[in-house]
Amino acid sequence: MKQLLVFIRKEFFHVFRDKRTLLIMFGLPVAQIVLFGFALTSEVKDITLTVIDNSRDANSQQLIRKIKSSSYFIVNESSIDYNDIANSFKKGTTKCALIFPAGFGNDLQHGGKAQLQIITDGSDPNTAKTVVNYITAITTAYQQEISPSPQLPYTIVPESRMLYNEEGNGSLNFIPGVMALVLMIVCTALTSVSVVREKELGTMEILLVSPFKPLMVLIAKAIPYLILSLANFVLILLLAVFVLDVGIKGSILLLFMESMLFIITCLSFGLMISNTTNSQQTALLLSMMGLMLPTMIFTGFMFPIENMPKIFQLISNIIPSRWYFLIIKSVMLKGLGFEYVWKETLVLLGMTIILLTIALKNFKTRLS
Amino acid sequence: MSAVTLDHITKTYDKGKVLAVNDVSLQVEEGELFGLIGPDGAGKTSIFRILTTLLLPDKGTASVRGYDCVKDYKEIRNRIGYMPGKFSLYQDLTVKENLDFFATLFGSTIEENYELIKDIYDQIKPFSDRRAGKLSGGMKQKLALCCALIHKPEVLFLDEPTTGVDVVSRKEFWDMLKHLKQQGITIVVSTPYMDEAVLCERIALIQNGKIMSVDTPDKIMAQFPVKLYAIKADNIYHLLTDLRSMPEIDSSFAFGEYIHITLKDAGADIDTLQRNITQRGHTHVDIKLIHPGIEDSFIRLMNQA
Amino acid sequence: MEEKVIVCKDLTKRFGDFYAVNKISFEVNKGEIFGFLGANGAGKTTAMRILCGLSHPTSGEAMVAGFDVYKQPESIKKNIGYMSQKFSLYENLTVVENIEFFGGVYGVSSSEIRKRSDNLIQKLGLTAEAKKLVGALPLGWKQKLAFSVAIFHQPRIVFLDEPTGGVDPVTRRQFWDMIYEAAASGITIFVTTHYMDEAEYCNRVTIMVDGKIEALDSPANLKTQFEADNMDEVFYRLARRAKRSGD
Repeated sequence: MKQLLVFIRKEFFHVFRDKRTLLIMFGLPVAQIVLFGFALTSEVKDITLTVIDNSRDANSQQLIRKIKSSSYFIVNESSIDYNDIANSFKKGTTKCALIFPAGFGNDLQHGGKAQLQIITDGSDPNTAKTVVNYITAITTAYQQEISPSPQLPYTIVPESRMLYNEEGNGSLNFIPGVMALVLMIVCTALTSVSVVREKELGTMEILLVSPFKPLMVLIAKAIPYLILSLANFVLILLLAVFVLDVGIKGSILLLFMESMLFIITCLSFGLMISNTTNSQQTALLLSMMGLMLPTMIFTGFMFPIENMPKIFQLISNIIPSRWYFLIIKSVMLKGLGFEYVWKETLVLLGMTIILLTIALKNFKTRLS
Repeated sequence: MSAVTLDHITKTYDKGKVLAVNDVSLQVEEGELFGLIGPDGAGKTSIFRILTTLLLPDKGTASVRGYDCVKDYKEIRNRIGYMPGKFSLYQDLTVKENLDFFATLFGSTIEENYELIKDIYDQIKPFSDRRAGKLSGGMKQKLALCCALIHKPEVLFLDEPTTGVDVVSRKEFWDMLKHLKQQGITIVVSTPYMDEAVLCERIALIQNGKIMSVDTPDKIMAQFPVKLYAIKADNIYHLLTDLRSMPEIDSSFAFGEYIHITLKDAGADIDTLQRNITQRGHTHVDIKLIHPGIEDSFIRLMNQA
Repeated sequence: MEEKVIVCKDLTKRFGDFYAVNKISFEVNKGEIFGFLGANGAGKTTAMRILCGLSHPTSGEAMVAGFDVYKQPESIKKNIGYMSQKFSLYENLTVVENIEFFGGVYGVSSSEIRKRSDNLIQKLGLTAEAKKLVGALPLGWKQKLAFSVAIFHQPRIVFLDEPTGGVDPVTRRQFWDMIYEAAASGITIFVTTHYMDEAEYCNRVTIMVDGKIEALDSPANLKTQFEADNMDEVFYRLARRAKRSGD
């Protein structure tokens, strides 16, 4: 027992004395969160909107005020010419333009029907679509405001609502994905590298020759990385809550236990890799290339699995992170309890047991 | 009972393509300082790994203190100390942390057997808070030896402990081994340096996986079958090429400033030889009868094989 | 007067306040076998790197093959060969491929490479192994081949960094035969070694201690100077004085 403790302490020394390991361990989650949370968000905020008001009446000014008071746009009421719009799009000084034709208010008051032109930058179709939706929504709301007694008895106003993410917080979906990705990389890569490093150094020979049981070597290697990964998991959660404003709906304990299970899956992966390789580079390459790519593609947080060809959908079933992603999404974002995720948990558990068995079976008590 | 026994051990790699150890049999007695002498690739490390239970032999049996290297590997792992070819230390741990770790790993403490390592450890003690990676080759070697000794093993296996270490540290290291031997530890050591052979009690000369001779260094040198002469002249390279072309010379090898030669005819007259050489234009020719060293024996055995 | 291929004067390399090489001065003649000895950490490797044009000295002068180490390191590299115990050949290329590659790197023409490599393979007795991977050759053969490749482009100087470490005693001597032959053809040999008997094979030997040259002469003169029976003793007496040690 004392041997195990000393061994674990040694592993911590290795981690805390190696800047690169520390960087991967704790720099990676921060970088990933920032990247996925901010850079890749699909949410639209503070879009520069150029308004050309050729009418300048009460109605147009009211509508502009409405748009200004929403948090989506920075309104730029310039007196630029219609023909200059294309230029400002090219320069990137504006993302969309709203044009009121002359006599807008007049048409609305008397004809009961007025026209508005929205021009958006189609080279960024996602933003363009969102912008059109926002302006349409604001305009519809304004329309109802000024004609409280509708002439038509039946008005159907569609109100779309994004479930579980009503504010359209784009980073939400990424959080479980980033968690799966970071845990996968950190656990697998660091565990496999730490075992293989002993082989390269030649210390593995001494470890094997010692009375310390070979199986204990693996356990002693796994425990520190389990602890560090859990710390990592907490770090990601804290970042999600406090930096990205993502609330945790479900039970934190359940989240923690499920993550622990997934960490053990990754550790088993790492140990499996370290059994078959003898150089740190190969171990790193295998865990990075071999696991990162499938995790990104087949987990479902970047590309919806439902849209993939049948064969890829089948492959995605054997990727552990896919199941973890489903579980975390359900627990964290939907607030569902264990009764809703037990199936996924069982799949993940089964995978873990298989991987761990292979890893332990293949660990050699001798050299090759 | 011998401390270490190898009985017709054969080991191959790459599915039998590379023959590393070829039918090797030898015994190391209790308390002996035994040397395995041979160049890189001779099979020394494979023999060490079989004895330390890290590799399984293809054929034959091996035992350490009566325990079989295959069946009783757990027993053996409790009783031996092993220092692999490269000084296997954790570069990012300090001297003290390394020692502490290996002591605990082998179920011991630094204090328990401090007496055994004291003389060696005292030399690196001033650096006990320095990371192992920042030590010189000689100090790494001493630390590695301390780590292998800290649990007071019955048999100590040292695989090329003096490779990559300078002459001064090498001499100090052999003094330490002699000292350890006096404490009753059986030591098996390997080295590619022929001049270190005479520091062992008994040696095995090994080449291409085969043992060429096992005996005390003195006996091996005494077994040299013919007279050996050392010869020198002003231009040693020309002398060497000339000697090779002379029919009466059986072998000629450069040894430092001299060339060691053996003659085909045991009764040949040295004065005649000296005259022949001088006739070829060599100046300051000096020929003398010498006692062969281990390297002479090694070369002779190699050429016979 | 003999032609000097290496001339060093007060050559110094400083890392912070650590003098790895401290004001060393020496000259090496054309065709000479020059032994460069010293304990680990004495500064041998650093000095050798400077002379090979791989590292800038902090101060002092050095000319190698007539070129200045400060201004013409690229010209130096073209005129020297280099071989070390650690890296010499590509293990996963065949004998012929290695020769072709290194010949090509040093700008030997293709026809010349073909001609010379046939000769070389024949001379080394590697005809049957020419198409085999270098990794499959025994160490001794590898080292002999590596040396041949290092002088394939007929450099003016060849630097050998512990070329015979771990090699068997017979091959070690065959290796030295090749060194002698190269020296006789006019190539200057600059060699480091851990085997003191090999120091005796050199025309002249320097021994570095703590970054300085403590001895420089022929082996015979050094033995007289230090009243020693062999070079081992000479070296031991000098190296024991060393205050610093390292890799």
